[in-house]
Amino acid sequence: MAHTETRPLCVAIVGAGPAGLRAASTLVKAGLRPILINEAPEPGGQIYRRPPKALLLFRSAKDLYGADSHRASALDSAFDDMKERIDYRPSTSVWNATRRNDGRVRLHLCDASGEVDTLDCDKVVLATGAMDRIVPLPGWTEPGVWSLGGAQVMLKAQAQFVGRNPVFAGSGPLLYLVAWQYMKAGATPAAVIDASTFSAKLRAVPAMLARSAVAFRGLRMAVALRRRGILVLEGCHAERIDTTPTGFLVSWAGEQGSGDISGDAVAIGHGLKPEQQLAELLGCRLHFDPGAGQWLVETDRDGRASVPGVYLAGDMAMIRGAHAAETAGELSALAVLADAGLAPAYDGVRRIRLRRSMKRQDLFRKGLEAAFPFPSNRIENLPDETTVCRCEGVTAGDLRKAVAHWQPADVNRLKAMTRCGMGRCQSRLCGETAAALLAAGSGRDRSEVGFVRSQIPVKPLPIPARERETQR
Amino acid sequence: MSFRPTCHPVQGTDQRSPLNVIVDGTAMVARAGDTILSFLLRERGALRKTEFGDGSRLRAGFCAMGACQDCWVSLSDGRRVRACSTLVEQGMHFVTGLDNGAH
Repeated sequence: MAHTETRPLCVAIVGAGPAGLRAASTLVKAGLRPILINEAPEPGGQIYRRPPKALLLFRSAKDLYGADSHRASALDSAFDDMKERIDYRPSTSVWNATRRNDGRVRLHLCDASGEVDTLDCDKVVLATGAMDRIVPLPGWTEPGVWSLGGAQVMLKAQAQFVGRNPVFAGSGPLLYLVAWQYMKAGATPAAVIDASTFSAKLRAVPAMLARSAVAFRGLRMAVALRRRGILVLEGCHAERIDTTPTGFLVSWAGEQGSGDISGDAVAIGHGLKPEQQLAELLGCRLHFDPGAGQWLVETDRDGRASVPGVYLAGDMAMIRGAHAAETAGELSALAVLADAGLAPAYDGVRRIRLRRSMKRQDLFRKGLEAAFPFPSNRIENLPDETTVCRCEGVTAGDLRKAVAHWQPADVNRLKAMTRCGMGRCQSRLCGETAAALLAAGSGRDRSEVGFVRSQIPVKPLPIPARERETQR
Repeated sequence: MSFRPTCHPVQGTDQRSPLNVIVDGTAMVARAGDTILSFLLRERGALRKTEFGDGSRLRAGFCAMGACQDCWVSLSDGRRVRACSTLVEQGMHFVTGLDNGAH
């Protein structure tokens, strides 16, 4: 429907990573003044996260972002250029999103001081990014065990090593990247335990050639690590993490046999998982994507979700990485403009080029999914004592018992029975594991047991916010 | 005493201006630009005790990007803050309930 009212079109963008920033700059170019809401104090998202000012002096963009430093700098200056022409809200989280009777979207905000507010907009672009996808193992809740992304953030944004000799375990592009970044910055990784096999990676080569430069960069990092004498175990899994008086002992097994490696920290992760809670709360349709092995929010090729006025961009829609996120951000903004009847000012050729680029990124994503398949069988074989839900202290054994005893119809029933996923993180870390255990225990497919539904607030609110609300 | 992991500053980045803070009643010095997470892990190796089991297990955050909610810590004024996404400020007083760690 064309936007015919005299009031200017109000577009809110949630998230200021590569997707959100590109969506904002595209709308600014079209003469709009979008509202850009950023949970973090600085723009850039996780991938191009800016360190606090006091730390900026010490490390260059090249140190921080490596081969992507030119992209980080380009986004940085895009932000600086448009800063005065957008309504920028840093350190502000969106803890709920609802659809109004008049078709507008209401965002519920909370700023750093705990002040809550609402914001109604005509259209919203959700660019809320992703977090690490975690397969638990015994010992993963101990201090000193991090997500791969967390270990990277500590280095990038805080100039801190989580350890001098960390063990990196899991799969996906982040695994070698973080290990390599630690090595470059002066740490000595104890080992890289890569769940993906050499043959899986080989099978993915044709698809990966869609973005050969990126694929080869990953390869070069693995070679550089090996050359430094760092143990790289392909086709192997970390089985458990034990704490010793001097550090950690990580037991591993797989194609290279089995053994133990000691280190002073551990970082784990199996790729990324979309932060899709707000889309869910707005009623957007999800579907189970067999390639990703994840529930994803449905969109058309330009990022339109099933609910009118809601657009998705970047990793929150599908894990395709930072380059694709920029493309998706621009495409979603073009879709916003087209749907508001503001498209004529726009270059149709540009849209075609962007769509073509997304197709290439998609081919590359399929390559990544083939090279780094999610190890569902690891979850099925988790020892009973493994903590699955770290917020509520629920183990794999607790979940298996509940599945056998109550035969829950879906993972939300399992959550109600066990409290798994009911804690502060709202199943971000355990939901997928709980669903996989339910599927395995009831002889069903992951697509048949559902996903843990999001609840408000999507993240805990500070106490002052709740107090002020009840005083109203 | 059991192992407590520590964060280590990248060489050359520790010359930042000091911030005077208090941890469980003891005066300590953080550095400008530290998140509460980096500071407490460098000094204490953990953030809090878990609510589960006999209380001997500790927690120290996990995702460092505001998602896992494992790193909430208490301040003496009653506020609870997410350590990974809150910068240390001059005069902050943290209440962790931990002993002073292994180092």
